[in-house]
Amino acid sequence: MYSDKVMDHFQNPRNVGKMEDPDVVGEVGNPTCGDIIRVYLKIKDDIIEDITFSTFGCGAAVATSSMVTELVKGKTLDEALEVSNEQIAEELDGLPPAKMHCSNLAADAIKNAIKNFKEGKTGLEENDNAEAETAHDHH
Amino acid sequence: MSKRYYFDHAATTPLDPEVFQAMEPFLKDKFGNPSSIYQEGQEAERAITEARERVQELINAADSREIIFTGSGTEADNLAIKGIAMALKEEGNHIITSETEHHAVLHTCEFLEKHYDFEVSYLSVDSEGFIDLADLREEIKDDTILITIMTANNEIGTIQPIEEIAEIAAENNVYFHTDAVQAAGQLDIDVQKSKVDLLSISAHKINGPKGIGALYVKKGTKLLPQMQGGAQERKRRASTENVPGIVGFGKAAQLAKKRLPEKQSKMIKLRDKIINRVLEEIDEVRLNGPRQEHRLPNNASFCFRYIEGESILLNLDMLGIAASSGSACTSGSLDPSHVMLALGLSHEVAHGSLRISLGYRTTEEEVDYLLEKLPPVIQKLRDMSPLYEG
Repeated sequence: MYSDKVMDHFQNPRNVGKMEDPDVVGEVGNPTCGDIIRVYLKIKDDIIEDITFSTFGCGAAVATSSMVTELVKGKTLDEALEVSNEQIAEELDGLPPAKMHCSNLAADAIKNAIKNFKEGKTGLEENDNAEAETAHDHH
Repeated sequence: MSKRYYFDHAATTPLDPEVFQAMEPFLKDKFGNPSSIYQEGQEAERAITEARERVQELINAADSREIIFTGSGTEADNLAIKGIAMALKEEGNHIITSETEHHAVLHTCEFLEKHYDFEVSYLSVDSEGFIDLADLREEIKDDTILITIMTANNEIGTIQPIEEIAEIAAENNVYFHTDAVQAAGQLDIDVQKSKVDLLSISAHKINGPKGIGALYVKKGTKLLPQMQGGAQERKRRASTENVPGIVGFGKAAQLAKKRLPEKQSKMIKLRDKIINRVLEEIDEVRLNGPRQEHRLPNNASFCFRYIEGESILLNLDMLGIAASSGSACTSGSLDPSHVMLALGLSHEVAHGSLRISLGYRTTEEEVDYLLEKLPPVIQKLRDMSPLYEG
C-alpha cells in the first residue's frame, strides 16, 4: 500500500528526534485523530539552518515528516512556506488515498513554526498553537 | 522468502495440509453438482453430508440438518439476524446486541434500524469487555425478538457468559444468536449444553479455506431465507454448493475437534508468556480484555501509550512479524476500533493497540522472537513521539 520511498523514509527517517534548543517549534494534529507532527527549527538570517521532527502517527505521518525536513532544510522561510502537503506526497511517489487527507500534514507543521517565529513566539508557550493550527477537521 | 512469524490467526489461519488434501479432488476431477441425480452429483452430495456431520460434531448440534453452509461467517451473521428479524417482524421489532460485536453483526443491526424500522439496543461493556447480565435483562421488552451477543471477541478475546445469556433469552422467549467465529477451534462449543438458537462459524479461522462459513439453526427456529433461488441447504440458502469449500470446512472441523485440548493448553501457555513478559518489560502498557479463563486462549491485546498502531505493525513487519492493530489507520476509518472505545479508552490510547493472535502451529521459539523484537520497536517509536517525554 505504501511506495518504496514512503517505506524508506519510515524505516530510516531523516532528521528525527527532539532538538535541544530550537529557535522555534511548529505542531499540527492532535492525539484524537491519531497524528501529531512537531518540527524543531534553527533559523539564522531567515534561513532554516537545521530542522528535526518528532511524530506520533502512522507510516504516512512519519514519512511525510521526514520528507518535509529534507525539503525545507537550507531554504529561506519564504521558500519553505511554498512547500505544500501535496508536493510532499508527490516527492514520496504518492500516498494511499485514505492518507492524503488524514496524515499528510507535514507542510502545515512548517507553516505553523514559521508563523510562530514571525510572531516572536517559540511555539512552546502553553500549546495554544496546536489548537489554532489544527485546520485538520476529521469529522 | 525469509522466515515469517505469523501472529494474526484471528484474522485468518493457514490452510492445513490435510484440509488441502481433502479438498483437492473436489477442485479437480470431482466437479459434480450435488443437485444432480447421476453419479458425479451424488458423490458431491455424499461429501457434503459427511462434512456437515463433522461441523455438527464440532459444535455438538443434535442434528446435522441444523447446519446451513454459507459463504462466510459474515453471511452466517447476516442470515441469522435478518432471517430472524424478517420472520418475526409481526411479533416485534426490537433486537439486543452489544457495542463490541464484529461489524458483521453491528452493521447488520444498523441496516435493520435504518432501512426496516427495527429498534436496536447496544449493551455497553465494562473495562474488560464483558456485558452486564442485569443490563441485558433490563433491555428485554415485549417486542424483543432477538439477542445477538458474540461468544468471544475478535480483538480483545473476552469470552461472554453465553450460557447465562441463553438462559435469560429462553426465560423471555427471545431467540439467541451468537457469533462464535473466533471461539470455534479454541473453546469447547456445545450448542445443546449452552442452549443457543443460532450460532455462526467460519472455516478459515480454523485452518480451513476462505469463502465458507456455517450457521447453526436449532430445529424449530423461524428463519426467513435471505437468498432466493434453488432448493439448496433445505431451501434456507440458495446457491450451488461450494463443494470443495464445504469438504475443507468438514475436514478442518474434524481436526479442530480432535486437536482442541492440546491446542488450548499450548496456546494458553504461550499467551500468558506473552502477556506476562510484555507487561513486565514495557512501561505504560495496558492489557485489553480479561486475564485467564475468560480470555480466548490465542489472544493477547495491548495498548502502548504515546505511539500509533500502524507504525508498530510496519516495524514488526520489517522484522518478519505479522500482527494486527485497531488504530484508525488499520481500521479503515478515521476512528480507532469501536471495541477499544467501548472499553472506555481515549482515542489516543486506542490508537496504540496491538493484537497478537496465536495459531495451532505457533511455536515457543516464534513467541520468543516476538518478545525479543517488540520492546525495541515500542521504544524506537516512543523516542520519535512528541507525546513521550521518557
